[in-house]
This record gives sequence, structure tokens and C-alpha cells, in this order.
Amino acid sequence: MEDQNILKMKKINKIIYTVALLILPLLAQAQFDGEFIKPRNGRFLLQNATIVTVTKGNIENGSVLISNGKIEAVGKNIPAGDAEVIDCTGYYIYPGMFDSGSRLGLVEVNSVPETQDFAEIGQVTPNMQALVAVNPNSIAIPVTRVSGVTTTLATPSGGLFPGTAALINLNGYTADQMYAGFKGVVMNFPSSARRSTWDRRSDEDIKKEAEKAEKSLNEIWDRAVTFNELKKAEAALDYYPEIEQLAKVVAGELPLLVEVNAASDITLAIAWLQSKNVKAILTGVAEGWRVADKIAASKIPVITGPMLSIPTRNSDRFDAAYTNPGKMAKAGVKVVIRSNDAENTRNLPFNAGFAAAYGMGKEEALKAVTINAAEVFGVADRMGSIEQGKDATLFVSTGDPFETKTQIRHVFIDGYRVPMSNRHIKLYQEFLERSPGLKEN
Amino acid sequence: MKKIISIIAAVLVMGWNPANSQTQKGSVLIKNATVLTVTKGILEDTDVLVENGIIKKIGKGLTASNVTTIDAKGKYLMPGIIDAHSHVALDAVNEGTAPITSEVRMADVIDPYDIGLYRALAGGVTVSHAMHGSANAIGGQNITLKHRYGSGIPDDLIMKDAARTIKFALGENPTRVHGRGNGIQPRSRMGVEAVIRNGFNDAIQYKKSWETYNNASKVKGATPVPPKYSERLQTLAEILDGKIIIHCHSYRADEIYMLINVCREFGITNIVFSHVNEGFKVAPELAEYTMGASVFADWWAYKFEVYYSTAYNAAILTQNGVITSINSDSGELIRHLYHEAGKAQRYGELTDEQTLALITINPAKQLGIADKVGSIEEGKQADLVIFNEHPLSVYAIPQMTFVDGVKYFDINEDQNDMRLKVEATESIEPIFLKEHDHKCMHGVDFFFTNFGRNLFDHEH
Repeated sequence: MEDQNILKMKKINKIIYTVALLILPLLAQAQFDGEFIKPRNGRFLLQNATIVTVTKGNIENGSVLISNGKIEAVGKNIPAGDAEVIDCTGYYIYPGMFDSGSRLGLVEVNSVPETQDFAEIGQVTPNMQALVAVNPNSIAIPVTRVSGVTTTLATPSGGLFPGTAALINLNGYTADQMYAGFKGVVMNFPSSARRSTWDRRSDEDIKKEAEKAEKSLNEIWDRAVTFNELKKAEAALDYYPEIEQLAKVVAGELPLLVEVNAASDITLAIAWLQSKNVKAILTGVAEGWRVADKIAASKIPVITGPMLSIPTRNSDRFDAAYTNPGKMAKAGVKVVIRSNDAENTRNLPFNAGFAAAYGMGKEEALKAVTINAAEVFGVADRMGSIEQGKDATLFVSTGDPFETKTQIRHVFIDGYRVPMSNRHIKLYQEFLERSPGLKEN
Repeated sequence: MKKIISIIAAVLVMGWNPANSQTQKGSVLIKNATVLTVTKGILEDTDVLVENGIIKKIGKGLTASNVTTIDAKGKYLMPGIIDAHSHVALDAVNEGTAPITSEVRMADVIDPYDIGLYRALAGGVTVSHAMHGSANAIGGQNITLKHRYGSGIPDDLIMKDAARTIKFALGENPTRVHGRGNGIQPRSRMGVEAVIRNGFNDAIQYKKSWETYNNASKVKGATPVPPKYSERLQTLAEILDGKIIIHCHSYRADEIYMLINVCREFGITNIVFSHVNEGFKVAPELAEYTMGASVFADWWAYKFEVYYSTAYNAAILTQNGVITSINSDSGELIRHLYHEAGKAQRYGELTDEQTLALITINPAKQLGIADKVGSIEEGKQADLVIFNEHPLSVYAIPQMTFVDGVKYFDINEDQNDMRLKVEATESIEPIFLKEHDHKCMHGVDFFFTNFGRNLFDHEH
């Protein structure tokens, strides 16, 4: 009898413990409402989509298997195995888009100086590393990546040599987690153009200043050449970080990203670069269409944009900026597209869409935000297309990602499935039907 | 002899000055288009007959003699796009000398030579609301323009049958210019409310003093002294009388709600909020008490008061029954408002009709011109655009733009250089890498130079 009672007690205790164990996690979480969705990696099979590989044509009813951050397989009838299956019937899979010139993460609120980390004091600061100033938790990063823009070139500005740009993926909590494997030293080629409608300098003053700037550029460059030669000769060198960084460009270890826009400046920049024999990429190139043949002949690739900008001259055709990338591509220039934006880097696909509509064509415009960028940055072995063995940085959409009404359904960065959420979306969720609604006092 | 001829010619030209005659009106028959009427659905394979600037007939198989006929088979015809917030074709934007400057008029500073007008036409925009800037709590009186580019006469651009409107501004801009810049009220959002409230109360006093004077004058033999005339207070009084529509630059929900309450208190119902990035937070109030909100498609984070924005603003407002439009406030964006509107489909999946309304009938309502423009209906003014593809597609390219039935843009007849005049002093043509002309804070930029460096792309 006693034994039975003990048994009964034990049983009751067991029930109590079980119930307590079940309730415990609920109790622990009860003080917060809602679940926080984190980026997560694993094995995913994206099934039954039209795969736009960019480099190897389109695959209808195809699948992409993602594992360990890589694209493990691409094709038809890939067995799921233990992978999480995501049905993509009726959807499209594209490689993640590159914005090859952006301030995303380098500025939070444009007019608040405390949040501006894209420009240092001084004319010659090539050793300033954009990568160290990227805020991985910038609110604008999740706002951007749900558009399918997965990778940006974080670019410093201001001065003659403002710093070193870095390619970053839009997922991760540290600079190293985000770093996508390319750096380049930014140079603002001395300009003979009027900077804006506020620039009240006379034509003569502009010319004089440009000449002076070029002279000082050559003096700085000569120092870098000397530094490089001394370094090669294993001489004892003083700490001279600016020139040391430029010497890496001289040595061909880092490319030069040359920001240049006016036609005459582009011509001068090409001649200057050829005389120095350095690896270079032209950026901006707003008037590239005027000298497209010269750029093509130089074989220097171009990162241009935004297309959504006004013509550089009042006498230009209204669509000069829209048609610029197409004209350069037709002339044989390797063209990459950038937004040159920060918080609205998400508009990159629309810039590409305008380029496509105004002469570039959809296929070439898609390359300009994927494989061309990867090639120019020397990361095409890992990025820029949907191919077996490449990084699983891609997105799933309801259609052409340049088309305004297309919805992006899933985004993967380095194999991480990133949440399709951000502050813009959360505000939509909260305020579409506000509670309380209209209420009189 | 030559001299005499040229004098006669000059006299003739002056005599034919369009300022003395009627604004140019055209006739045209557009055939076989997909007509996006906005208010009456989509009409496939339909003809639109325009006579003397007015849409005369919409139907199938229309004919007309002595009228240019355009075959628009496979193309889309939509109403001319209307921009409810612009600074295109203005020589000056801000009279930033006092918190209230209701006496100034944008009609006095129209620049008919602005190439921005042609660029807007090339983007299908036929009407823009040329606004005073946002430096003052109560700014100047705006002017609604029709983009009749070419005559070089300011008066030709004015849409004479449009409603009167005035600019108000809340938040960072007026508090910076006056509070921080000049050390006077308003320095805070409290001050902005006080300035507006004081202005309205002064106007009530002013009205009363004139009423007293007018009544006293009626007494036989009386010689009362008239009150001092004030254009500033007279304009405010006309706002109170409902004769002028307020278009208020605003961002934060609290300041929007504040002005809604002030307006309700003073019996003002003619008010539109502009930019209104946080409008989505007070959408039920905007729907109930105002003429709506005119927003950016996706601009945010260019200043602190737009940090808590969402690109879903237009969609949330629309779904809450707010009359919503998408504006440019920019000489760049005005060139592709059809694309900006399209973003309300990316962010919020609005229907084609809801989305097209954002740049046609809705801004027309906000400007008090919805009975004249903003949709394709018989009897309305013939402001029309032909697109090669559906205008909400990113690949759409405007082909022709008509104002009052007159063609002002034709992609096949574009002459590349469409300037009306060239500066005589110009030796090297300036190259502009940034657009700074057409924006809210034009003329008060010296307050925002940020320790000598200007690093802003947008200032609105």
C-alpha cells in the first residue's frame, strides 16, 4: 500500500516535472512578444525555378543546392537529401547583384556629421580603409539586401586620394565577415569641370586649379614610385603610410579606382594612367559616351552611374545619362553599373533597368551588375553567376529584378538565408492597419 | 530698307506676342492606343480626338478632317503627369528672411528658359506645382505651371484656371533657418506651431479691423482711418476663408498631427501635406481631415527627421483612404515620375490604377484642378503622354507629350540641344555633376555648409 502510494507520488512528480519542463521555455520567453528572425545557414534546395545563370544561359525548372555557403549543384532533378526544400515554382533565381560604388554602411543619416564616415580630412589619405568604417548594423543594410543587391563596393570620397574602397557582402557582424575579397585605392582625377550649379569659379580659375592639381598629383606619384623602388631595394624606410599605400598601386598589388566624369578629363586620365602603367578602373565616367572609342581602345574597364541623373550639360539630349552605359558597351568598353548612393542603394536594379531600356539591352545590363563586376574586381571565380562551386550569394524573385513591380522572395548571401525583413517592412506591418485607428478625443 | 524691314518685323513679333493673345491650343487625333484613362479604366484599341486643346471624343473608329493623326497602335496613352511639388522653372525658391512670408509669389520668378521644363516634358510631365522653399513656417504663394516650353514668356507657363496655393513648412528646415540661423522663433516644433497660430490670429484681427473700417465707412459723413494694408495678413486671411490651399512641407507624424489640429481649430480644410515621410503613422487622421499627402517614393535617411521612414508610405496611405500623390521636388526625379510611382508596386503592391492615380488624378485633386486635368475624359484639357510600353514598367520610354493638344515633346524630333537661349558670356559650357537647382532649400544653402564641406546629396 505504502509502495503503491510512493509509486503514485513518483508518477505525480514525474508529471509535474514534465509539465514544468514544457512550460519553462514559454515562461523564459514570456516577457517578449514575437520571434526575431536571424540569418541562418545550412543546406537548402531551391526547387523548380527558372535559373538565370548569367554565364551559362537559363535553366527552366531547375534547382540550386546550397551547402556550406557554396552552390553545390545546379541543374534539373537534384535530389534534396537532407536539405531544406524551398519551392520556387514560377520564380526566378539570379546571382546577387553588385553595386560597384556605394556609401552604404559608411553613412547613417546623410545630414548628420556624426554619422558621416566616408570622407577624411586631407587631400592624400589613400591609407584610410573604408572597410574599418562600415557599420555592419546600419539600418540601411537590411533595407538594401532584400532588393537582391547583395554586394557593394564601400567607397570613400573627398580629396585627391580619399582612401581605399572595399568590396563587402551585405551580411555579417564584423568587417571580416562582410569582406568580399577586393580592395582598390580611390583617386579623384583633377577635374576641369564645374562641380555643380554653385561652383562660381571662372573658366580660367577652373583651368588653373586643374593644372595645379595635376602637378601636385605627379609629385605625389613620384614619391610613391621612389618609395616602391626603395622598398624593392630593401632600404630602411620611415613610416609613411599614405605613400606606402600608393606604392602598392605602383607595384601592381592594388588597382586604382579613378573617379573621372568630364569627357576631356577622361581623355587626360587615360593618358596619365597609360604613362604610369598601373592597373586601373575608371569610375563615374558620366561623359563616357563622348569618348567611348578612346576608353574602349585603352581596355580600361568602367564603373558608371547613376543612370538616374541629369545630363551633365544643358545642351545634352535629355536621356544622355540613361544612354551612357549602352553607348560605352556598344563601343566595346567593359561596363559595370553603380548607384553611387547610400541609403537608396536598393535603386541599383532600376538604374540598370533604365540603362537596358535606353540602348544597353537587358542581358548586358544584367552582366553589368553581376559577372562584369565580379570580373573587374577579380572575384569571378567565386561570384557573379550561378555556377557550381561558386559562393551561394543569390536571390529568388517573381520575375526580372529590374522590373519595378517584381517582388524579391528570398535572398542568400554566402549561403546564409537572410530574413526578408527590415525597418521599412516592419513599419509597413505595424501601420498598414494602425491600432488604435482614428479616435476622437 | 533692310533696317525698315527688321523694324516692321520686330513690331509684328511684338504685336503677335502670345502674352497678348490666347495660349496656344492644338488639335490632334490619336488612334488605336491602349488608353489608360485612370478614372474610367483601360480602353483597348481606342481613339482620342482633341479639338482646340480639349478632349472632344473618346471611342473607336473616330475620324476628323484637317487634324494631325497619330497611329498609337501597340502604345499606351495616359494623362499628362502632374508633379505636386517642384521647383523647376524658378529663378528663386526661398525668401528666407522671416518665419512668415505669405506676401511673396512664385509667379514673379518664373524662368521660362529652364531646360528642366523640357526634361520634364520628356518624362511625360505636363503640369508642375512650382513651390516656394521650406525655409519659413509660412512661405510664399506657389504657382501651378503648364509646361508650355518654347515661348520664353513666363505668363505662358501659368495655369490660369488653377487654384491658389501656399507653402507651409514644419520641422528641421524652418527651425534651422530662423531659430539656429537667426536666433528667432521658431527654434523648435513648439515654436513652429506658435508662429502659425500667431499668424492665423493676427489675420483674424486684421480681417476684423477692415470689417470695422468698412462698416464705419458706410455711415454718412464718416471719415474713418483705414487700417494699414498688409499683403502678408491679407493672404493669411484668405487661407482662413478657404480661398488658398496649404501645401505643407512636413516629415514627422507629431508635426503633421499638430498642423491638422491647428487647421481644424481655425476651420481650415484645404490642406495637403508634402513629403510627409511619416504620414503613414497618422494615415487615419490624414484621410479624415485633409486633402491628402504628396510623398517621395523611397527617399529617406538624408536627414534625421526622415530616418524612421518607409518606402511603403504611399501604399499605406492609399490603403487607408488618403488621397496620395508622388512628387519629385527635384529636377532629376521629375524626369521619371512614372517610375517613382511604380515603386508603390514594388513596396506595397498597389494596383496599376491606384499607382497611376498617384501621378495624375490625385495630384490634380490636391492642386484643385481635377475637373480640368489628371485623367482622360471628354471635356478635359488635352494633356497627354504616349508611352512605348506600360508606363509603370522600368523599360517604358515616353514617346510624345502634349499640353492643351499641342505637342511639346516627340522623341523622334528631339534636337539634342533643346535650350531656348545660350548665355552670351558662356565660353566653356559648364558641366554639372550634381543637380542642385531644383530643391526646397535653394537659396539658404549657406546655413548648411557643414564646416565648409558640403556633403549632402539631398536636401529637402
